[in-house]
Amino acid sequence: MTGMRLSLTVNGATHHVAAPPGRRLSEVLRGELGLFGTKVGCDAGDCGACTVLIDGAPVCACLTPAAQAAGRAISTVEGLSGEGLSRLQRAFLHHGAAQCGICTPGMLMVATALLADRPRPSRAEVEEALGGVLCRCTGYTKIVDAVCDAADAEAPGTPPRAGRAVGAAVERLDGVPKVAGQECFGADAPPAGAWLVRAVRSPHPAARFSFGDLAGWADRNGVRVFTAADLPGENRFGVIPPFADQPALAEGAARFRGEAVAIVAGPEAAVEALDLDAFPVTWERLEAIEAPEAARAARLLHDARPGNLLTGGRVVTGDADAALAAAAHVVAGEMRTRFVEHAYIEPEAGWARVEPDGTLTIRACTQAPVMDRDDTARVLGLPPAAVRIQPAAAGGGFGAKLDLSLQPLVGLAALKTGRPCRMVFGRAESMMATTKRHPGRMRARVGCDAEGRIEGMDFDGVFDTGAYASWGPTVATRVPVHASGPYRIPAYRAETEAIHTNNPVAGAFRGFGVPQAAILQETLFDELAEAAGLDRLDFRLKNALLDGERSVCGQELWGVGIAECLQALAPRWQAALAAAAAANAGGGPLRHGVGLSSCWYGCGNTALPNPSTVRVGITAKGRLRLHQGATDIGQGANTVIAQLLADALGLPLADVDLIGPDTALTPDCGKTSASRQTYVTGKAAVAAGGALRALILARANRGEDSTLRLEGGRLIVADAQGETVLGLSDLPEQDHGYVLMAEESYDPPTVPLDEDGQGVPYAVYGYGAQIAELSVDTELGTVSVHRITAAHDLGRVINPLLAEGQVQGGIAQGLGLALMEEYLPGRTENLHDYLIPTTGDMPEIETIFIEKPDPEGPMGAKGLGEHVLIPTAPAILNAIRHATGARLTEVPALPHRVLAALREAGR
Amino acid sequence: MAGYVRPDTLDSALAARAKGLRVAAGCTDLFAAVRGPALSGGILDITAIPELRAISETPEHWRLGATATWSDIRLAPLPPAFDGLKAAARELGAAQVQNAGTLGGNLVNASPAADGAPCLLTLEAEVELASRRGTRRLALGDFLTGPRQTALAEDELLTAVLVPKSAAAGHGAFLKLGARRFLVISIAMAAARLDLDGGRVRHAALAVGACSATARRLPAAEAALAGARADAGLAAAITADLVVPGLSPIDDLRASADYRAAAAVTLLRRAVAGLCTGREAAA
Repeated sequence: MTGMRLSLTVNGATHHVAAPPGRRLSEVLRGELGLFGTKVGCDAGDCGACTVLIDGAPVCACLTPAAQAAGRAISTVEGLSGEGLSRLQRAFLHHGAAQCGICTPGMLMVATALLADRPRPSRAEVEEALGGVLCRCTGYTKIVDAVCDAADAEAPGTPPRAGRAVGAAVERLDGVPKVAGQECFGADAPPAGAWLVRAVRSPHPAARFSFGDLAGWADRNGVRVFTAADLPGENRFGVIPPFADQPALAEGAARFRGEAVAIVAGPEAAVEALDLDAFPVTWERLEAIEAPEAARAARLLHDARPGNLLTGGRVVTGDADAALAAAAHVVAGEMRTRFVEHAYIEPEAGWARVEPDGTLTIRACTQAPVMDRDDTARVLGLPPAAVRIQPAAAGGGFGAKLDLSLQPLVGLAALKTGRPCRMVFGRAESMMATTKRHPGRMRARVGCDAEGRIEGMDFDGVFDTGAYASWGPTVATRVPVHASGPYRIPAYRAETEAIHTNNPVAGAFRGFGVPQAAILQETLFDELAEAAGLDRLDFRLKNALLDGERSVCGQELWGVGIAECLQALAPRWQAALAAAAAANAGGGPLRHGVGLSSCWYGCGNTALPNPSTVRVGITAKGRLRLHQGATDIGQGANTVIAQLLADALGLPLADVDLIGPDTALTPDCGKTSASRQTYVTGKAAVAAGGALRALILARANRGEDSTLRLEGGRLIVADAQGETVLGLSDLPEQDHGYVLMAEESYDPPTVPLDEDGQGVPYAVYGYGAQIAELSVDTELGTVSVHRITAAHDLGRVINPLLAEGQVQGGIAQGLGLALMEEYLPGRTENLHDYLIPTTGDMPEIETIFIEKPDPEGPMGAKGLGEHVLIPTAPAILNAIRHATGARLTEVPALPHRVLAALREAGR
Repeated sequence: MAGYVRPDTLDSALAARAKGLRVAAGCTDLFAAVRGPALSGGILDITAIPELRAISETPEHWRLGATATWSDIRLAPLPPAFDGLKAAARELGAAQVQNAGTLGGNLVNASPAADGAPCLLTLEAEVELASRRGTRRLALGDFLTGPRQTALAEDELLTAVLVPKSAAAGHGAFLKLGARRFLVISIAMAAARLDLDGGRVRHAALAVGACSATARRLPAAEAALAGARADAGLAAAITADLVVPGLSPIDDLRASADYRAAAAVTLLRRAVAGLCTGREAAA
C-alpha cells in the first residue's frame, strides 16, 4: 500500500502524488510538491510553523498523515497571494510582523482561518487563535497588531526621499519573500538529487567509543559512512581561534550528549529508513561531569586545561573589600541560572556541493559566513578561497548559529561522494547538539553610603561552559566588565570562571552572560535601595553613569544615556506603583508588583578586532549595488545598513539593490553578534557611502551640498550652481564591474584590557531600562506579566519599526528566561517540555526610544539587539519581590519555585 | 501486515485491528512520538468511519464518538454538565491540535496529564470497546490503568465515550495549570461538577489530573460537599487532608510533588467556587 497515489488538492489545484499514505503532509507538500512555504520546526505539533488549513481549519501538517488530507481542500501560504500580497500579508509587512520569517507562514495560516470567521477580531481572540504558533523573534506584539489590522491594511507608504532614510519606519527591504512564503531557508529547495546526510550522535554525555564493521553496515544499507578518519584537514574548530577545540566528528571519545561521531550519506529513501540505533558503534559510558563544582577535581575534558578551567575574567578597580567594610548599607546575594536554549523555530539545515571549478559551496543557516568558511576549510583541508558560504535565510539565530553545525558535515559528504548533500537537523538533534546560554552560579555584595551612593561591589561568577570552548571565553570576559551595570562604582572587583563539564556546549546567546549577571546585580540593587530607604528608581538615577565619568574598566564614557532612560520611565514608574497599591488594597490571592531594571551593553568584540567592510558600486546601467555582508537573521541588517548607506551617499533607499551576504560576493562584515552590525557594519556603510559620494562629487565637480539622482544610465549631480549629468555608460568599468565604486572598512577603536581589566573594551555602548508590572497568584505561584515599559537609548534610531520589533522580541526572551525556560539535557529536547512564551504570555509593551548620540556610532547610533533582553528578567524578579516579598535565588521562576520563595518569605 | 489501511466501516476496522494493526486517529500524539517522516509499520486509520465521529443523544446516554475532535466537542450542543469538558477542549494543545486530536486518542494515549480525563471522570463516563469478539463497556477509571496503560485489548478499538444521563446533570468546570498560557502540558488540573438542589449540593463530582499515574476522582472531598450550601464558603470545605491522600504526585521538570498536591487543592477550590458564583476563577 505504500507508494499508492494520493490525490491532494492544494490551493485549488489537484495533484496526484506517489507518497506513502502515512507520510507527514508537511513532507509531501515540501518534498513531492515543492511547496517549501510550509515550514517544519519540530515534527511534533509544538511550534505550529507547518500549519496549513484543511477544509478551512488549521492543523499541523507535520501531524497529518497525507491520507487524511486526500480529497480535502488544503490551503498553504503559497495560496494566499494572488496578483500581489493579500491584505493580511501586507499588514504583516507594514507592521514588521515578520522578522526572520520562519514562523510567518504558520502565523498567516491561523490568522487566515480566524479572519474568515471574524474579520475584525479582538486582540484576545487573535492571541488565542495564534496561541499554537511559536515565534522566537517578535514577541508576538506586531503579529497580533497585523492580524487585528488586516481588514484595514494600508497601502504601501511612500518610500523615503534621498537623505531621509535614516529614522524612517521603513518596511524591511527583504520582507516580501518572508510574508509570501517564498523565503528560502536552509531546508528549502535543495539541489535536485541531493543525497541526505544524517549524523550518528552520542547518547551519553561522556563515553569512549569504537566502531564495528562500518563498511559492511554501509553496504547493507546502501549508504556511505564517514568518520573523523575521513576528514582531510585539522579536526578542530572554534569561534575563538586560540581556544578552538571542538572536533567536527569526535575521535574516540564523546564529551557531551548529542556529539556527532559519524555521518551517513546516501539517497534520501535509504537514509530516511536507517535505524541509527543499529549503527555499528560500541559505547563505553564514562561518569559524566555534570556540575562545575565537581569538575574542578574531576577527569580533564581537555588535557591542557587543568581543573577543567577554560578561562577566567577579571575587572578590578579600587579596593572593594575596604569599600564594603566602610559602607553604611551592604547587601549580599546569590543567583543561579540554568541552561537556556535558543529555540529558534528553524532547526539547522543546509546543503553543500562541489562546483565544476572545484569550489565547495555551502548554503546553510548561519550568523557568521566568513568564520564558517575559514573553519570549514580548515576541517576539510581546503584553502579558504575554495569554500564559498552562501548563507540561507536564517530562521532565527540568537547566537547559536555563530558556531559551525552542519557545515563541515555536509561539506565532507559532498567532497567524498561528489554529489550535492543536504542535512536537516531534527528538533531534538538541534537542541542537543548546538550551544546554550551559560548557566551561572553567581555571588555578589554591594554597598552604599548613608545617602545611597554606591561605594563598592564584589562579584564572583562561575559559568558552566560545557564540553567545548565555543564562546565561553567571551562570557568570562564580558561579565566582569558588565556586572557593575551602567553605574558609577568606585571600588569594584568582579571575577569569573568558565568551567568545562560534560554538559551541552555553552556558547553565545543574546547577551553573552550579561543577562545572567544583571539578574543578580539588579535584584541586589533593589535590596540596597530599600536598605538605604530610597525609591528604587531614584537610587538607580543617583548612581547612573554620566557623560565623562569612568566605567569600572577605567574607560571615560560619552553618549551615556542611562539617566535619560530612567528619567523617561519615571512617570510610568509612579503610575505603576500607585496602580499596584490600589490593586492590592482589595486583598485576595493576586498580589500586584512593579519592578525596574537597567542595562548596558558594549557593542562588538571585547577589546579584540572585529572589522566590517562594505562595498558599494554603481554599474554602467545605473544600478546602485550595496554589498552587504552582515547576515540578517531577522534583526534587520539588510534594511538598516541600506538606510545608513543611502543617506551617507545621498541617493534614495529605493535605489539600493542588496547583494549578499555571500563570501564570494560580499566583503567580510564579521558576525551577527554582540549587537555590532548596526554600529560596526553601519559605520563601514556610512564610510563607503561617503567615499562614493566624494568620488561622484569630485567627478562632477560639484559641492558638498549636492543632490544626486539616478535616472536610467545617468547620474545627475546638482548643486546651487547647476547640475552635472554623468553618463554612466561612458565611464570606464573598474573593479567588480562598477563604473563608480567605494569600499571602506571600520574596526572599533578599543584598548586591550590589562590584568585588572582596565582599558577600553568597547568603543560604543547602548543603555536601557525597563519596568515590569505583574501579578503573582500567591496560592499557585504563577506570575502574570501585564505590562512592560521599555526605554532604550539607541543614540540614533535608524528604523523605529525594526527597533521596536527588537525590543519586543528581546522582552519575550527575557520573560522566558525569567519565568519558564530551563534546558535539561536528555529531558527537554523538544518544544513541549522546553517552554518558550506563547502569544498569551506576552505583556503589553510600551517602547520609549532615547536618542543620545554616540560620538563614535554611525550618525550617532548604538547597538540594540542584546540590550533589550537584559533588563526584563531582573525587572520581573524585582516586581515579584515587590508584590509578595518572595526573593528568588534562581531562575526560571517556575510556579513551584515562586511558591517556595513565598513560603520562605512568610507570605 | 505492514501498510496503512483507512476503512470506512467499523466492521472493516475491527477486522484490520484483529490483525494487530496500530490505531491512528488524529495522530497528534502518535506522530509526535515518531522521529521519521512517516508512520511506519501497520497502521489502521479510523478517521474515515463517520459513525465513530458522531456526538449523539440516546435515551440513556450522551454518546461521544471516539474520533470526535476536541473542536467537535467544543462546538457540540451538550448540556452544562459538559462545560468543563468543553473548557478542557479549548485548553488542550492549541487550535491545530484541537482540530485533529480526538477524544478517543486522548484516552487511549493515557498520559497522566491527559486533559480530557478529569472532566470525563466527573461525568461518570464509560468507554465502549469493540472487537470482533463483541462490545464491552468499562468505567473510564477502570480503563485507565496507569501511565500510558489502559485496559484496551490488542484487538479492540475504543469506539465511544458514554456519559449516563444521570451524570449529565448540573454544571461542570475545569481549570488547567501550566507554566505558560497556551499549548502547554498541565502541571495539574481540576474538574468539578456540581448538581445543585435548592441552593444545596445534591451531588458533587471532583477529579484531579496530572497528580497521579492516572486522573483521580476524590470521593472524600466530594462527600464533604454533599448536602452543603452552595455559596461562597463551599470551596473552603475542600481541604488538603481530603484531597492529598487521594493523589500520588511526582517530581518532574514541570513541578515538585508537594507543589502539585497543593495546587490540586487550590484548583479544586477555585473550580467549585466558580460553579457557586457562576464565574470561574482564572487558574
